[in-house]
Amino acid sequence: MGSQNELGKDRLTWMYTQMARIREFEERVKSTFLEHPGVMRGHTHLGDGAEASIVGALATRREDDPVMPSYRCHGYPIVLGTSPGAMMAEIYGRRDGLCKGFGGSMHLADPAHHFPGTSGIIGQSIAQATGAALTAQVKNSGQVVYCFFGDGSSKQGAFYESLNLAAVWKLPIVYVLENNEYQAYTHVGLEDANHIAGDPLSKKAQAFSIPGATVDGTDPLVVYEEVGKAVDRARSGQGPSLIESKFYRLSAHGNAITVPPVPTQFPEHEAIEVYGRKAEYEAARANDPLPRFRSTLLNQGVFPEADARRIEDSARAEMDAAVQFALASPLPAPEDALKYVYA
Amino acid sequence: MPREMMYAEATATAIVEEMDRDSSVIFYGQNMAMTDRDPMLKRFGKNRVRITPISETAELGIAVGAAITGLRPIVELYMSEFMLVAFDEVINEAPRLRYMSGGQVRVPLVFKAGYGFAAGWAGQHSNCIYHAMMGIPGLKVAIPSTPADAKGLMKAAIRDDNPVVYLHHYMLTIDKGEVPDGDYVIPFGVADIKRAGTDVTIVATGWMVKKSLAAAEELAKEGISAEVIDPRTLAPLDIKTILDSIAKTGRLVLVDQATRHSSAAAIIASEVAEHGFPALKAPIKMVTSLDATIPYSEPLENYVLPNEEKIVQAVKSVLAKQAAAV
Repeated sequence: MGSQNELGKDRLTWMYTQMARIREFEERVKSTFLEHPGVMRGHTHLGDGAEASIVGALATRREDDPVMPSYRCHGYPIVLGTSPGAMMAEIYGRRDGLCKGFGGSMHLADPAHHFPGTSGIIGQSIAQATGAALTAQVKNSGQVVYCFFGDGSSKQGAFYESLNLAAVWKLPIVYVLENNEYQAYTHVGLEDANHIAGDPLSKKAQAFSIPGATVDGTDPLVVYEEVGKAVDRARSGQGPSLIESKFYRLSAHGNAITVPPVPTQFPEHEAIEVYGRKAEYEAARANDPLPRFRSTLLNQGVFPEADARRIEDSARAEMDAAVQFALASPLPAPEDALKYVYA
Repeated sequence: MPREMMYAEATATAIVEEMDRDSSVIFYGQNMAMTDRDPMLKRFGKNRVRITPISETAELGIAVGAAITGLRPIVELYMSEFMLVAFDEVINEAPRLRYMSGGQVRVPLVFKAGYGFAAGWAGQHSNCIYHAMMGIPGLKVAIPSTPADAKGLMKAAIRDDNPVVYLHHYMLTIDKGEVPDGDYVIPFGVADIKRAGTDVTIVATGWMVKKSLAAAEELAKEGISAEVIDPRTLAPLDIKTILDSIAKTGRLVLVDQATRHSSAAAIIASEVAEHGFPALKAPIKMVTSLDATIPYSEPLENYVLPNEEKIVQAVKSVLAKQAAAV
């Protein structure tokens, strides 16, 4: 991957399109709680605010590179080409779901699109992504694994053990630490030694003697540039890098935890509800990566306003259709519950 | 031609043969392949045979990630208790990913670990934790008691498309036995009748099979004919062979090195109580470790573990109950 200067109109348009698609998908998931109460069960986590980081990183990707995020996993497969209808149907627990209704929001998997699976247990997917990088190395496939995880995961043993071993073995993997400031409900300032010392979280890379960088995760072009360097390094056999991508999670950690039949929906963001930091939240909203990138592209004359609207309308229509597809899909046959236990 | 070899050698032979056969099989763990003189390293190279730091979560998690993307990892864990450090990967990741993906991925891996080292390894290195893995849908557990089984079950474990915990008993490590050459693969879920008998059924695993066979020999001198069954895999568990035996003998003694409530014996007893009750002529008897952490000093350790004498007494007690009923 080279510098952002190489990104032509088509590529920049693609990036904005993917960001808009992710946002529209997450908005549909969120509105489902109000428009179709009871359709979604359990716990659902949204990636709004992460669009620039996700798309900037994945814009550097080779077609067959595996992508392994945490349970906050909706955004990535949308970019990889997974059907949003199948994803929505999965989150609705339907027969036509991506995982036939067996996994739900936290466990999306689409190996056909190089999305091998996700774990709902914080940090464990870091080790599994590292294993995917071992496969790439053993098979000499030339693939680079994209491992995404939150700031909370970077306090798990799996993080330290995996990065150490990836550095020892020079595995082809890029670790993207998405610092959205809140681990579930706990602010990073309450639990991260680097943050408390006034250092970036990417300082953790020094413990493994690998490159570490901190980037503005609300700007897809900055993310693209830095992740691109890490991918080049990984693909050329020089091993892993850690990139801290800083952005703000615009929705609460997940929908409110309620016991049926009490309906659930998204509460206010923790910044407001727990910590009373309304100004912080509003500043993050004002720095929403989507309108920002849109303005950049319009100002640079990449495309006119009409094109931007067309992209947004198209994303809206696509995700409306995903909701309709999911609602129309039948529930699974109960006895199918015993399928897929063993291969 | 079968040849005589040690239990540990039989396991290693299976690994070498399967790695020869399938280039997607890799093998790694702590304190192995440390120098270029290592025979596995010489044969298969640094790509497929690796040393790891003491990082069980990474070792097991990497195996899961490698398995879902096309390799067949074998992780050398040495002690089954070391899995506890990373039990999430054993219980809550490896067996669940296929199911949660709606059958899209497979997780072919082997977690290889020794257990039950009753030789003064004390409280944290000699326990039996297999019961915690028996009831996990998606996970298989192999538990060989002879060199031949050690080879055949390891080959089956490596070829299986599901995660397998392969538990070898440390007290059997240097035991010798005839091992068939070449493609000797023992299907999972098929118990083996290690000694045929008519008066009582003894079900045991691992080192306890050896103890039970010795007890059966003693009992034979007194005219008591004991059938000794080794399930060989705890998941899947071959209950049918056990029920068929009970239909013949009417009496069941379960021998298990684990403590009573965390034993495979307790689970087998519950299956027999539900499905084999009409055939029973006496209550089921469990011979397990006493409810204590395994102590260090030898007389203490001997006191809590099952042994031949306890097995003989248990058999006599179930026979006596039957006699009393008559």
